[in-house]
Amino acid sequence: MKTLYARPKLLKEAHFHYCPGCGHGIINRLLMEVIEELDLQGDAICVAPAGCGMLLYNYFEIDVVESAHGRGAAVATGIKRVRPQNLVFSYQGDGDLAAIGTAEGFHAANRGENITVIFVNNGVYGMTGGQMAPTTLLDQVTTTTPTGRDAGLAGHPVRICEVFAVLDGTSYLERVAVNKPAAVVKAKKAIKKAFQRQVDGAGFSLVEILSPCPVNWKMGTLEACRWVDEAMVRQFPLGVFKEVPC
Amino acid sequence: MSGNAALAEAAVLSGCTHYFGYPITPQNEITEYMARRMPGAGGVFIQSESEIAAVNMVLGASAAGARSMTSSSGPGMSLKQEGISYLVADELPAVIVNMMRGGPGMGSIAGAQSDYFQATRGGGHGDYRTVVLAPASVPELTEIVPLAFDLADKYRSPVIILGDGILGQMMEPVDFDGLVRPPDYEKSWALTGARGRPAQAIYSLIFDVKLQEEKNWKLQRKFRLIEQDEVRYETHLVDDAEMIVVAYGIGARIAKGAIKRLREEGHKVGMIRPITLWPFPMKALREMAQTVRDFFVFELSAGQMVEDVRLALEGRGRVHFYGRPGGVVPMPVELYRIISRHYCQAHPDGDRKQR
Amino acid sequence: MKGSIQIDRERCKGCALCIDFCPQNCIRLSDELNLKGYFVAAFDEGMDCTACRSCALMCPDVAIAVSRS
Repeated sequence: MKTLYARPKLLKEAHFHYCPGCGHGIINRLLMEVIEELDLQGDAICVAPAGCGMLLYNYFEIDVVESAHGRGAAVATGIKRVRPQNLVFSYQGDGDLAAIGTAEGFHAANRGENITVIFVNNGVYGMTGGQMAPTTLLDQVTTTTPTGRDAGLAGHPVRICEVFAVLDGTSYLERVAVNKPAAVVKAKKAIKKAFQRQVDGAGFSLVEILSPCPVNWKMGTLEACRWVDEAMVRQFPLGVFKEVPC
Repeated sequence: MSGNAALAEAAVLSGCTHYFGYPITPQNEITEYMARRMPGAGGVFIQSESEIAAVNMVLGASAAGARSMTSSSGPGMSLKQEGISYLVADELPAVIVNMMRGGPGMGSIAGAQSDYFQATRGGGHGDYRTVVLAPASVPELTEIVPLAFDLADKYRSPVIILGDGILGQMMEPVDFDGLVRPPDYEKSWALTGARGRPAQAIYSLIFDVKLQEEKNWKLQRKFRLIEQDEVRYETHLVDDAEMIVVAYGIGARIAKGAIKRLREEGHKVGMIRPITLWPFPMKALREMAQTVRDFFVFELSAGQMVEDVRLALEGRGRVHFYGRPGGVVPMPVELYRIISRHYCQAHPDGDRKQR
Repeated sequence: MKGSIQIDRERCKGCALCIDFCPQNCIRLSDELNLKGYFVAAFDEGMDCTACRSCALMCPDVAIAVSRS
């Protein structure tokens, strides 16, 4: 028997606390696979958010620092400016980056900080029970949009990749998803590219990952995966939004 | 040199390698000085997009093992409170400078002492204190600033330097030759990448309340140690004093002028100038209260430190107060008149000139 | 070539994504409960697993190892 796939060594033994069918688990795994494959375990420093992703230090066998909600890009900036030789990345949800942390994210991008932001977009605030996120779709029902998101009251969903592409400081921006095997493969490639580019000194990179949240979407796990394709991708098209040659 | 420039220079000479700041009057000169000085000193300067971003950059830089600093004034310090709470909980060193101005709200841009409460009572959420150092002159910055970095590294906790707009702008001769660079502390806890060692994490979230309580008591033991070992204050003409003025920072400079006049009149007034506002010189005041009955608190505020004086005295003696909030700076003669009136009311007998 | 997967039943949360995405229908939701109270996924040895790894790609709990004889 030849082993074709086993748990990455860089994932600790702890069981994930994520809900059944949650995209965070897939993304956590991809990050550790990539860091192991690029042999960056000794260099990687992760900035963990407030949100469902806040317990990364329980799962990642790399250095991790917790950040206050939304401040991840600023904390990552501080670390990278002290240790430019390390791989520094922040892991941020849609509240963390697109709501409270927009200024910090925007300006780290604008300064062209040589960091990577892993932006997990599941269109809802998971940890706190399913409230509207800046990336919640129009007409989407959440606990704070009980009759569906109304643009007049709550604005439109925010497209982070598109907005950040306008900034001269950004170097590589790609939107991917983890709702089916082919998408997961592409997502891993994007993460690997972003990290390799950081190692090569290419500047600010962001990988936006559309991720299913079955519990707060009030859907089954497969239904949630399908909804990413049927609804989210319409608003958040997949693909590369910027790739400065390096 | 101006206080702002001297503070920045002292920081660089103390080993500060990373400065992050956002412009706000009356401390813009600190940010601007660092912009010019840091690159040549092999350090890093970033003008951040906000005070919130700056304190979080400090957190990141400190987590990675660097001596790092930010500076601001009242409104910006309010924005930093969350970050300070996280620095304390993460047990990370940092130096945060507040050059106070009139408040509350947008306030005025003139120097004042409006943020004593904010600085000494934690300021942010949670059970904590930060060391608060109050310089009273530009030359004193050559002692206060290295002390701030030293205490921050020694105790793995943020230290606030509580200056004010007057100190920031005033020009005095300053000699940096006497500045003693604090020693480097071993920082095995710093995040440098898990090479040749197990992965490390720096965080403050503890869901388990019993563990969170333990963490709190651990921090409290640290604070008790600081209270025991790091109180600093200066006394002036207290040996025969019958009334002791309590003032800090620029307030103490004004009070010294007032005391000079009072002494010329034969009024036996002295002063204690706390240098650490936290830990406050509780013991020193309590000892003074054994022989002195009247304490006159003077602040450029509506009255904040006066509460700590009352706490320290525990009902012994009488506490008088005079304050001017908003950025008004009274002249020594004004303070002299007020203290004189209180002094005479407190000591109606004996040969004293009445005014 | 015969593929095979090993499911860590205590990590499994019965989310069934491995079942949904297996092109060969080799996996089923069993009626066994793990310690967390989830019905765990189970691999049918008799089926034609091609070791495509779709299940391992999708498993959010990294509960699946894939091998091939």
